[in-house]
Amino acid sequence: MMWFNLAKAQSFMPTQATEIAKQVDNLYGFLLITSFIACVLVIGGMIYFVWKYRRKTPDDKTAYISHNTFLEFLWSFIPLVIFLAVFAWGWYIYHDMRTMPKNALEINVLGKQWAWEIEYKNGYKTVNEVVVPIGQDVKLLLTSNDVIHSFFVPSFRIKQDAVPGRYTALWFRADKLGDFHIFCTEYCGTSHSGMIGKLKVVSREDFDKYLEQGQEERNLPLSKKGEKLFAVKACASCHSVDSPAVKVGPSLFKKFGTEETIDDGAKIMVDENYIRESILEPNKHIVKGFPKGVMPTFQGQLNENELSALVEYIKELK
Amino acid sequence: MATNSAHHGDNYINHEKGLWSWLTTVDHKRIGLMYMITVMFFFLVGGIMALLLRLELFAPNTAANVGQVLKNGDVYNQVLTYHGAIMVFMVIVPGIPAILGNFFLPLHIGAKDVAFPKINLASWYCFMAGAALAILTFFFKKIDTGWTFYTPYSIRTGTATVMMVLGAFIMGMSSVLTGLNFIVTVHKLRAPGMTMHRMPLFVWALYSTAILQLLATPVLAITLLLLAAEKLFGVGIFDPALGGDPVLFQHFFWFYSHPAVYIMIIPAMGVVSELITTFSRKVIFGYTAIAYSSLGIAAVSFFVWGHHMFVSGQSATAGILFSFITMLVGVPTAIKMFNWVATLYKGSVSFDSPMLFALGFLFLFAIGGVTGIMLATLPIDVHFHDTYFVVAHFHYVMVGGTLMALMGGFYYWFPKMFGKMFNETTARLSFVFIFVGFNVTFFPQFILGAMGMPRRYFDYIPAYETLNKVSTVGSWLILTGFLFGLWTIVQGIRKGEKAPMNPWRSKTLEWQTASPPPHDNFAVEPIVTAGPYEYR
Repeated sequence: MMWFNLAKAQSFMPTQATEIAKQVDNLYGFLLITSFIACVLVIGGMIYFVWKYRRKTPDDKTAYISHNTFLEFLWSFIPLVIFLAVFAWGWYIYHDMRTMPKNALEINVLGKQWAWEIEYKNGYKTVNEVVVPIGQDVKLLLTSNDVIHSFFVPSFRIKQDAVPGRYTALWFRADKLGDFHIFCTEYCGTSHSGMIGKLKVVSREDFDKYLEQGQEERNLPLSKKGEKLFAVKACASCHSVDSPAVKVGPSLFKKFGTEETIDDGAKIMVDENYIRESILEPNKHIVKGFPKGVMPTFQGQLNENELSALVEYIKELK
Repeated sequence: MATNSAHHGDNYINHEKGLWSWLTTVDHKRIGLMYMITVMFFFLVGGIMALLLRLELFAPNTAANVGQVLKNGDVYNQVLTYHGAIMVFMVIVPGIPAILGNFFLPLHIGAKDVAFPKINLASWYCFMAGAALAILTFFFKKIDTGWTFYTPYSIRTGTATVMMVLGAFIMGMSSVLTGLNFIVTVHKLRAPGMTMHRMPLFVWALYSTAILQLLATPVLAITLLLLAAEKLFGVGIFDPALGGDPVLFQHFFWFYSHPAVYIMIIPAMGVVSELITTFSRKVIFGYTAIAYSSLGIAAVSFFVWGHHMFVSGQSATAGILFSFITMLVGVPTAIKMFNWVATLYKGSVSFDSPMLFALGFLFLFAIGGVTGIMLATLPIDVHFHDTYFVVAHFHYVMVGGTLMALMGGFYYWFPKMFGKMFNETTARLSFVFIFVGFNVTFFPQFILGAMGMPRRYFDYIPAYETLNKVSTVGSWLILTGFLFGLWTIVQGIRKGEKAPMNPWRSKTLEWQTASPPPHDNFAVEPIVTAGPYEYR
């Protein structure tokens, strides 16, 4: 165990500010030690052999050893076992990393050249600063306005690309107060290295105060914006929002999070990406029983903020 | 088998005279030398750019006087792109197969030439045309996408992307032609008695590489054409604004570019196999295991591309599968490492400069290998992805691996290529500086990556300053090493002593003919009766 802690201490990983970070570092510590042993065996063996068997006379006799089945089996099998164990351990942690917790605090993050735009549920917006309460599951819903960016918080050991045209997500639960760096790690042009943000972990009370302050300077809550857009774009003429009644198109009431059967018989989950797709490419996955080609595309008529607002509005139709 | 033609002083160099005879030659040895000159030139250009990048990163931009070498982010990004594209497409991919492979594959198997000598020349012209097109973009509109041309950035940025990818496309054709030529050569032109299992391991490596080149490169070609079509005509395949999928480009791109990583490294493994057995004067340990592990790596390499995309938004299931398959590549690679070390056991090891490079390769490749396993591990890659850890890792395997092998191979075969010996002292000095400099440059980058410094950064936060300084100083040591290497090669060609037929007392066929070899390689067609490394 002492060795293990030593390896971790020498690993130069940044502050551990989440439980996941600790788990990642444990695995990394194990790998550091195994790798070190492997290198000592290979490099050390090499150095020992070249020294011991260095050429002494121009006509040294050498041994004729062409292979050794047992040895070869051993040194194929042992690495295989180690690699598979590491893979399994990695899978275990990755599973936690990628399973989004329920009831998480959701925050929308929009990457753009060259800043992060943060938007809270209540419509409060900031740039390059995410504030979250300590000890709470936080889910970031990422997308991008232009090119691919990647949201990276070294101290949390989390990273996820923000891809234009779709949502990706990541989650964390910070267990340390303080300010942490956010870097963009997907090359995005001129000021790629300047796209640095701050992630502030604060106490519950400070967080509430922060949001209240935000409320004062708020515009509308995201879903309110969505409601307005829904009216402006005349979506309501085809979709009902307050009852399961079917108009020209399917009702959106209580649809989010349910499963729909689409025209080719397959099931599809009504999630953020499906709603987004239905707005931009309405004919791609038509709900079974509805005709193709009725709904026009809104491609190019809505920006990312407006799309997020609509998605949020539809999510909240309960 | 000392030849008559050698006696009369006729060899491939003086067989015909004049620049025109070189530009129209179909002799594989001359084509190998032409590749050598051009690749060395591109290496120089790419290397100068690397030095500029490191100089820029010597200090954060807030520091007075330093840290402003490349003016601004745009210039830095352009230099970064050309450094990557040149080193990948014009140096490391063609390096060993086109230079040493062209020169020695026929000699290794006792053939007079490759199967299609004219196609061989055509592939050099393809390579030159593609490289010229790519480099010309520098004088029109510089490109700043990085060598990976990720969409949608490459579609949006107003630079010479189309011209650049056409250049890469044409260079890819050269790669396909060379691969095709090698495969046919290996199958059709082996000397009597040379079974597949009596081929030198370098030939096995070239053969595995050729299969990869033939199968993977067309995928890159199609991808690049699609990218050009997207940029020129807006067809909507990759551009999300037109309903395309930007991540699809990454799938296509890495489906080629991951096998390409092995196109870069398998030939190096082949060279190292030759060097280790020759300079320990001992039969190689596990010949079949080494030969078939090359094929094994080549086969598996087609199914691991997704490990470049663990955080791209591909599904968690895909990530898990790709991580699993990637782990499997580690096994044949480890087998090779153990075999090489076992070959040294009870050998007679000399420390001639080619051997120093081979041992250096083992050292660096061990570190590159274990860090590769770290990167294949899902949650660890999530932290390391697109940080300096990755930069350090692929420089260890590709530069530390391929360039060490290339340098070792140069020195090893130098007497055969030019019929002269080089200065051993300066050759060893080149090794010491490259090896030490390399570790000083790239080891700190593992630490920078662990600390979280992302790659492709023009500027960084103050916490990363010290290690960046060390890294930059290391790059000057590497420069010194390569200058020693260049001096050794140039002085060797100009003033070297006449080389004997087989200075290292190797057993493979290329040493059984004159140095330099005559136009037709062998005065008498060799007949093979035993394996390539029968030191008894």
